[in-house]
Amino acid sequence: MVIRTVMMTRTTGTTAMTARTTVRPLQLVVSVAVIAAALLAVGVFLFGWGRNVPASLVTIGGPFTLTTHAGEKLSDTDLKGTPFAVFFGFTHCPEVCPTTLWEMSESLTTLGDDADKLKVLFISVDPKRDTPESLALYLQSFDPRILGLTGSEEAIRAIGQQYRAYWQTVPLEGGDYTIDHTASVFLMDDAGEFIGTISYGETMEARLEKLRRLISAEAA
Amino acid sequence: MRIPVLDAARVALNTYPFNRLRSFEERLGVIALALALLFAMSQSLLAHDFKVGDIEIDHPWSRATPAGAKVAAGYVVIRNHGSVADRLVSATGEIAGRTEIHEMAVDAKGVMTMRPLADGLEIPAGGQAELKPGSFHIMFLDLQRSAKEGETFRGALTFEKAGSVEVEYAVEAMGGEPGHNGHGHQNGHDDEDDGHNGHDG
Repeated sequence: MVIRTVMMTRTTGTTAMTARTTVRPLQLVVSVAVIAAALLAVGVFLFGWGRNVPASLVTIGGPFTLTTHAGEKLSDTDLKGTPFAVFFGFTHCPEVCPTTLWEMSESLTTLGDDADKLKVLFISVDPKRDTPESLALYLQSFDPRILGLTGSEEAIRAIGQQYRAYWQTVPLEGGDYTIDHTASVFLMDDAGEFIGTISYGETMEARLEKLRRLISAEAA
Repeated sequence: MRIPVLDAARVALNTYPFNRLRSFEERLGVIALALALLFAMSQSLLAHDFKVGDIEIDHPWSRATPAGAKVAAGYVVIRNHGSVADRLVSATGEIAGRTEIHEMAVDAKGVMTMRPLADGLEIPAGGQAELKPGSFHIMFLDLQRSAKEGETFRGALTFEKAGSVEVEYAVEAMGGEPGHNGHGHQNGHDDEDDGHNGHDG
């Protein structure tokens, strides 16, 4: 749609140049056409025609096999039939990760029995330091339904790419490091298809509404 | 029946200057003044302020850390009442092996970035710097122990010009906000708050 509009603008643009040297009424018609095309382009840009692409066409998510904080294997096929929320983080994270895990814990408590209808995954982007054991200790402070996941660096990199999650190691003093990372929670339906995200800093009400919608999408 | 304490009180009340306060109203006034002084003192304690030179440090706080956590963040509002800018150049916390001053942000794509501030954080003359969640923070690394909700831990802040000052961090709940520990500043984000009002917590 966008490309077609641009082409139309170009064609009419050339006609306008020829028209200017010849007949006046034609020039007017061409000017109107150019303005209309420009308005159309602005409309496309502003109102995003063609933007209503089904979420499933944006490929976020995919197959994986990782190790849970209990030391068991978990793959995407184990999650078929269950909607889930995915968060990428690490335990050496001062604010975003503990806050997000705490907010998810609070949400699960509020959802009550409904919370059993979904899974919450915390995938470590720092597999070097986050072993299943250290994840298990860390997650003791949160809702026991939250699953910590870690794996080989290759497996973690692969799932990060599938989810379009970004992270980057930032060196600190004394050989230490921290990690910049995507702070959003990915919401996936019971077929493992991407539905939306919860941003860092969203209100408890908004978060609960999104999680409730995720659970009811499973029933539909 | 004679109660020694009451006897002593009676003697005291009949001695100068208390013997001059004959009426009930006068004595009530003295008691009211004493209570007001006590109240004013407790206000400054609850306000949880610290001072060094022209620098006023308002309510340092932190959050409870998850089990086994190796890092934590410290938050505080620092006001500079002086006419020259100063810099927060270093910080310590007794729970941490190492402490840095960081800038943190979440960008439009939802990516959280964190950077150590090598030159510290400027406190503009007559202005303030707010270290708060989602922004600047004191980064506690190599945690020696966890921070538990409701406790306080000691630390120090060092300024380029004003020097060092000992502070105490009040530990809030994990996703908590400042001021829920009875230290006043209910929401702690009121920039107009001069640190002496609104401590109704």
